[in-house]
Amino acid sequence: MAEFSEALFSIFFIETLLNGLLLGGILALLSLGLNLIFGVIDVVWICYAEIIMVGMYLIFWLNTDLGLHIIPSMFLGILFTGFVGWLTHKLVISKLINAAPINQLIATGGLLFFFQGAAMIVFGIEFRNMGISLGSLALSEDIYLSWTRLLSFAISGIIVIILYVFLSKSYLGAAIRAISQDREIMTLMGVDTKKLYLMTSAIGGGLAGLAGCLLVLQYDVHPFIGLSFGPITFIICVMGGLGNMVGGFLAAFIFSELITIGGYFAEIEWGYVLAFVFFIAMMFLKPEGLFTRKS
Amino acid sequence: MLRISKLNAGYGSFQALFNIDIEVNFGEAVAVIGPNGAGKTTLMRAVSGLIPVKSGSVDMEGVDLINTPSHDIVKLGIAHVPEHRRLFPRMSVEDNMKMGSFSPQFREKYAERLEFVYNLFPRMKERRNQLAGTMSGGEQQMCAIGRALMSDPKILLMDEPSAGLAPVIVQQVFELIDKIKSDGLTVLIVEQNVKQVLKVVDRAYILEAGSLRMQGSSKKLLGSKEVQKAYLGM
Amino acid sequence: MNNNYIIGLLTLILLSLPFIGVTGYPLHIVITILIWSFAYTGWSIMGRFGLVSLGHGAFMAMGGYITALLWNYYGLTPWIGIPIALILTAFLAIIVGYPCFKFRIIGHYFALVTLALSEVVRQVIIATRDYTGGSLGYTPEPHGEGGWSIYALQFPDDRTAFLFIAVFIWIIGILIWKYIDNSMSRYALEAISEDEDASAAVGVKVTREKLKITVISALITAFAGALYCQYQMFISPDTIGGVGISLQIVFAVVVGGIYSALGPTVGAIITLLLAEILRISIGTARVCVTDDFCLNASGFPLFIYGIMLIVFIIFLPKGIVGSLMDFFKNNSSKKIKTEN
Repeated sequence: MAEFSEALFSIFFIETLLNGLLLGGILALLSLGLNLIFGVIDVVWICYAEIIMVGMYLIFWLNTDLGLHIIPSMFLGILFTGFVGWLTHKLVISKLINAAPINQLIATGGLLFFFQGAAMIVFGIEFRNMGISLGSLALSEDIYLSWTRLLSFAISGIIVIILYVFLSKSYLGAAIRAISQDREIMTLMGVDTKKLYLMTSAIGGGLAGLAGCLLVLQYDVHPFIGLSFGPITFIICVMGGLGNMVGGFLAAFIFSELITIGGYFAEIEWGYVLAFVFFIAMMFLKPEGLFTRKS
Repeated sequence: MLRISKLNAGYGSFQALFNIDIEVNFGEAVAVIGPNGAGKTTLMRAVSGLIPVKSGSVDMEGVDLINTPSHDIVKLGIAHVPEHRRLFPRMSVEDNMKMGSFSPQFREKYAERLEFVYNLFPRMKERRNQLAGTMSGGEQQMCAIGRALMSDPKILLMDEPSAGLAPVIVQQVFELIDKIKSDGLTVLIVEQNVKQVLKVVDRAYILEAGSLRMQGSSKKLLGSKEVQKAYLGM
Repeated sequence: MNNNYIIGLLTLILLSLPFIGVTGYPLHIVITILIWSFAYTGWSIMGRFGLVSLGHGAFMAMGGYITALLWNYYGLTPWIGIPIALILTAFLAIIVGYPCFKFRIIGHYFALVTLALSEVVRQVIIATRDYTGGSLGYTPEPHGEGGWSIYALQFPDDRTAFLFIAVFIWIIGILIWKYIDNSMSRYALEAISEDEDASAAVGVKVTREKLKITVISALITAFAGALYCQYQMFISPDTIGGVGISLQIVFAVVVGGIYSALGPTVGAIITLLLAEILRISIGTARVCVTDDFCLNASGFPLFIYGIMLIVFIIFLPKGIVGSLMDFFKNNSSKKIKTEN
């Protein structure tokens, strides 16, 4: 017990909490695009993390193999994943728009294999590292925070604010909120639902690319990296209340703290176990998501 | 203005409408009345392009609606107040109005139209920040009509505006329709509440089992023995 | 009816394989296909009613790991270890399934809850790496001198023995599938998948029916995991657990056919043969298009899997077996018409 309280009040615990906060920024960014697609099209893209992986590889390839500067590489990466998102809807989901939701989910499972296979074919199974380090920020003698994580945190904060304003103020944003409530009636409002879906998918894909930009700075890329953060991304979206951007944002921080605190007291895997068990339990207690008001 | 001729339509292999001919002239209020399941809603949905048409034609001021993408129909000046209102329940009243003027050509007139609608329904102005799904049935109907009026339509299609409302509210809704009509808007309305609707419209068609059985001025229909017996319970 | 003949005939052929000269590698492929078919059949038992679980990787890993851990640490024979593993798996299935069904978690929410379950089990295996070997995998210790042992359920270098076991459990899987297909539960579950509230209103015990099917399905999959472990003498979180395996299960069943008894088997044959053929024909070679642009052939199975899965879901959602059955049914009904 003494050990436990000592651990709790240790300076490293504060560092852990801060790192959890920063991890939350990344997770929030990861879940944003998925949440948008969930909310608007009511489709689960089980391959979402693989689209992020595609973005990471593209940025890696442009930067390391072709020698392009990192900023235009990232820009192209975002454009490309946006295109991938557009294609995902155009070639797969639109063909299944009236099928059972679970068939749509399985089809994107096919895309997951497809992207993994494609990445293996082109890049092999080796771990690739960009070798870029932004260093860390020393808050005190004992507390270091990685600049990359701080950057991700700031960017996801900014993106959430932009998305929030876009959704609540613009016509397109209102249409995006409306279409999830009544798809058919949108036609009467003069909305081309097919076009809106394609646009949403492209934005969602682009957000995956943006997440890829920040992940590629911190993690090695390999064809199966999607499996390591895909599941946590899904549960964050569900916990935030599907399609609820702000809820998803907050949920990301709850889960990131669970993971890092779990990792502080034991192995990081126990942190993940804690997060997933918490998710399952919360699904039973509050299936509509943590931040959804009961209607 | 709106001309429907030889229209056949339905769902899949089930045909709900047979050889329908309906014409609505500028400034007129026309009703299509008939019992449940006669095909009234199908008719409205066919005009708005929500269901495919098997044969026949629908045109609005000379523009063929059947080959017009359904999301472009509103741009021709046709606004549809759907059955059961179909508001966006988790959006505010004002956001619902906003959706009514979604098409770029309507957006510039948004403020002007919003004022018009709020003048027509002061209640909506009071409730503009309330979630649409939390309002009473009558208020929701106002919101649905208001949303349709946001696009400054030439013709308003109304699908059973009185359905599911309390009698007092039904009375109010018909007063509203009367007011909209006297403002000079063309209206095509389908209703089961024959007695009330005939007091408001100029002409009416009677639709039974997917075919038109009778038509004529409201006065004529109100006086018809057949109509009195079948629909007015006299 | 004629389906039963096909299954009977298949069994005879399978059992005679070692005696007509099929040994070694080909026999290994047959055994692998049978074990996976058993697991896939287990998944399809619930999947066909719209209960799409992405948690079967968890059940399979439970079956394999618990059996192996009990053997290595306590010397407990798999004859007891497997039942213990099955009991614990059933327990897990109930803990997760009961609230899921009680609180009406369906469709993709159900898929995501079960996906989380897959992750929980995978992460637990990795976190307890001191005992389970973590992501590097785990091997049951050979019994005694490492020879043939019924007690340890280990048959190294003797594929014939394992073929008999695999055929036996495969048949059991098919029989369970058929039993459920002919039972009252099937109608109840079909009604539930159509409309849960309406079924409850007419007296269907929704939670109980779903839980029953889930437990049966989980048990089969866990059993398959245990046998896979005994046969391969090696398991790792990625070969029998996690989201990857859960998706692989869904994939094979969708390709084979979710609504027919032999669908999962056909799915296993197609996917595993495809993987093997691709592996042998192009191997892990690097095919260089230009001097600096080389392709790694090892990615082709996944790549082709993915495309197939999408094509099947869009064009043949009933899978190969289901579509063939429809085709023959239509043809025979046409014949009857012309005869009349």
